[in-house]
Amino acid sequence: MKKALARIFIVTIAMLVMFGCGEAPKKEEAAKTSEAEAPVVVVEKGNDLEIFSWWAGDEGPALEALIDLYKKANPTVNVINATVTGGSGVNAKAVLKTRMLGGEPPDSFQVHSGQELIGTWVKADRMEDLTPLFEEQGWMNVFPEGLVKLIGTDQGIWSVPVNIHRSNVMWYIPANLEKWGVEVPKTWDDFFAIAPKLKAAGVTPLALAQNWTSNHLWESVALAAVGADNWDAMWAGKLKFDSPEGVKAWELFGKVLEYTNADASSLSWQQATDMVIDGRAAFNIMGDWAAGYMFTTKKMAPGKDFGWAASPGTSGEFLFLADSFGLPKGSPHRDNAIAWLKVLGSKEGSDAFNPIKGSISARTDSDLSKYNDYLKSAATDFGKDRVVGSLAHGVAANETFMGGFASVMEMFLKTKNADAASKACQQLADKSRIGM
Amino acid sequence: MREASRDRLKAFLTLLPSIILIGVFVYGFIGETIWTSLTDWGGSGALSLTPEKNFIGLANYVELFTGVLGGGFRQDLVNAVYYSVMLLVGAVGLGMFIAILLDQKPKGEDVLRTIFLYPMSLSFIVSGTIWRWLLAPQGGLNVLPKYAGMEPLDFQWLSSTAAILEFNWQNLFQILLYVAAFLLILTGLWLLKKDSGMAVKRWLVPGIAVGAGAWLFGDLLPEALFMEETHGFNLATMGIIMATVWQYSGYTMALYLAGFNGISQDLRDAAMLDGASEVGYYRHVAIPMLKPITISAVIILSHISLKMFDLIFAMTGPDNAETGHPALNMYLTTFRANNFAQGAAIAIVLFLVAAMFIVPYLVSQYRQRGRR
Repeated sequence: MKKALARIFIVTIAMLVMFGCGEAPKKEEAAKTSEAEAPVVVVEKGNDLEIFSWWAGDEGPALEALIDLYKKANPTVNVINATVTGGSGVNAKAVLKTRMLGGEPPDSFQVHSGQELIGTWVKADRMEDLTPLFEEQGWMNVFPEGLVKLIGTDQGIWSVPVNIHRSNVMWYIPANLEKWGVEVPKTWDDFFAIAPKLKAAGVTPLALAQNWTSNHLWESVALAAVGADNWDAMWAGKLKFDSPEGVKAWELFGKVLEYTNADASSLSWQQATDMVIDGRAAFNIMGDWAAGYMFTTKKMAPGKDFGWAASPGTSGEFLFLADSFGLPKGSPHRDNAIAWLKVLGSKEGSDAFNPIKGSISARTDSDLSKYNDYLKSAATDFGKDRVVGSLAHGVAANETFMGGFASVMEMFLKTKNADAASKACQQLADKSRIGM
Repeated sequence: MREASRDRLKAFLTLLPSIILIGVFVYGFIGETIWTSLTDWGGSGALSLTPEKNFIGLANYVELFTGVLGGGFRQDLVNAVYYSVMLLVGAVGLGMFIAILLDQKPKGEDVLRTIFLYPMSLSFIVSGTIWRWLLAPQGGLNVLPKYAGMEPLDFQWLSSTAAILEFNWQNLFQILLYVAAFLLILTGLWLLKKDSGMAVKRWLVPGIAVGAGAWLFGDLLPEALFMEETHGFNLATMGIIMATVWQYSGYTMALYLAGFNGISQDLRDAAMLDGASEVGYYRHVAIPMLKPITISAVIILSHISLKMFDLIFAMTGPDNAETGHPALNMYLTTFRANNFAQGAAIAIVLFLVAAMFIVPYLVSQYRQRGRR
């Protein structure tokens, strides 16, 4: 028995020695040959930049465009593109949390700018203040002042916005509306006037998809119900959610829900948009990634094949959300990460990224000729409209509120009780310290 | 004597690594989770390097069971109970049925056995995705009747908002008493034939007393919630149940088939000689002999159903109240809403419910071994 053990031990040691010695010289050789053959640039080992995002699939090419720009400027850096798929970052955010808690932060990560970043990471003292970078690059003057205020706190600016999406957009097919003889509603009252007619014709007045799109619809409806000033006051903790205005928002939302499709919760947002395209539904309220879907995937011409308007009762208001990248404390390759952030904030960077992604640039000086007609109109609106933060996409409230809001929404979809929902919202706001 | 104690020392040393590992990584972390569930760890700043945690006692549990925001959790818990019961009935029943069919030794039995067992080797994510497609509102199962020339179904397997067997959470205590009474009476009726005196005294009378008491004095019981809140069996869970039964009935089939094969042919011949029919043989001889198998199938399936996560996530995704499950709720509460303490509380509730199934089984096993 003992002898057998000893033999196994010896064999193992021998193997280790053989492989250990055998491999080392090979690596050196390989390094030498690659240097000899390709004298241009060699990616230095250990000189990495790890970018963490949820941009895979349709959005992957846009990110690739940015990475290409970065590689041109920093050829020696080995870029690791760490993506975790899942819309809106559902999975990516959980993975990021385990990595950060485990003391293994990526060099730079994608995050919805606003309270989602501030509530989770800034309050936890995990992010570096980017104010010096903003000043050095002159970004203070090119990003709209209101935007910089919304993505920062009084202690600093925490992320570089890459794009701007609009949440309160209503989509329709002009030809279909003509066929049914209806006009685009300017207010919800207009909508309620035409909806029964559409319903009688066998058309769903408003297409809705799974639950997060209900949250998305809620913010457009609530903004219309309370108005931009009250909307901001609500998120600053100055207006209670169970105040008459808050209840009114839920009541209006309940009324709107009566005109949506019954199978909503088993559809993806693309399928809800498809309902409008196929003429099974008249309108759909969705963020302007729907324009990207119709323009790029469905090859439809903006303005001609599909039309858009601000969602009812919110014209002149721009419910925005932005993807951004931040710099976590303890980033393993800080200099590379800062160089990356510089690319993101630059004019070239944002004009390379946004036309592909289907969003507008956060910069006021972007080259509009590169964008399609929808994006041009969105950029104009962004310049002149009242900009308010989106709830469903992380600008207005922290993640504790957002997580709880999803269950309040589930409750409301089942009970349709506006009073209970607004009370639950207020409790949730107290618990997650909204505005504090 | 010395030899014996040396032996014992060796045995202890051999076990020591696993004792330490299990102690730290299982029981240590259970303790850690219990501790977390008694704190207020959550909200902004929860992810800092040194998060602030204050001891707040059972407040998280109180919130889950009586708070406004715990409504989702309560629905999920009710859902999980219905889900477990239906899964047990479905998987054990179907598995036993297939096993009895295969026990008749039809041609190609081994091929069939493999076919039935095969679903179990799939990952839940794979089978969940396939079933989601099959159960889509305008596809798969719903269009099947078309091939027979009938109207397609329009049942929304995964998103129907209809619910049956609804009850008001306020009357929770009363309902629990009814369930207890029902179980007592059922056991009593079962035992009536064997030992009628005992059955009446031990089971039937207390059962009827509890039921009548709950009915007469139910109004005096404290209300479990300050507002009306109805929960019930959501029909959308049917889709999930179908998928799980499909995946696990092959497994129970294999368990039963092994049991049937273990029963000696002599017994079967003897039963047949005494004039037992096929049905009689299974009803009075084979299935009672396989009681241990039934029990272990119930234990395994019930704790699987309580821990179910990936299948539901793949089939309906997060935020689908109709098919919610506490395990999903725990993940979302913890890792999306950053509410670590409350997530830990949900985990502990789940742990206790699972223990309710497993501990009595372990105790009875232990006793049996002691008797031998």
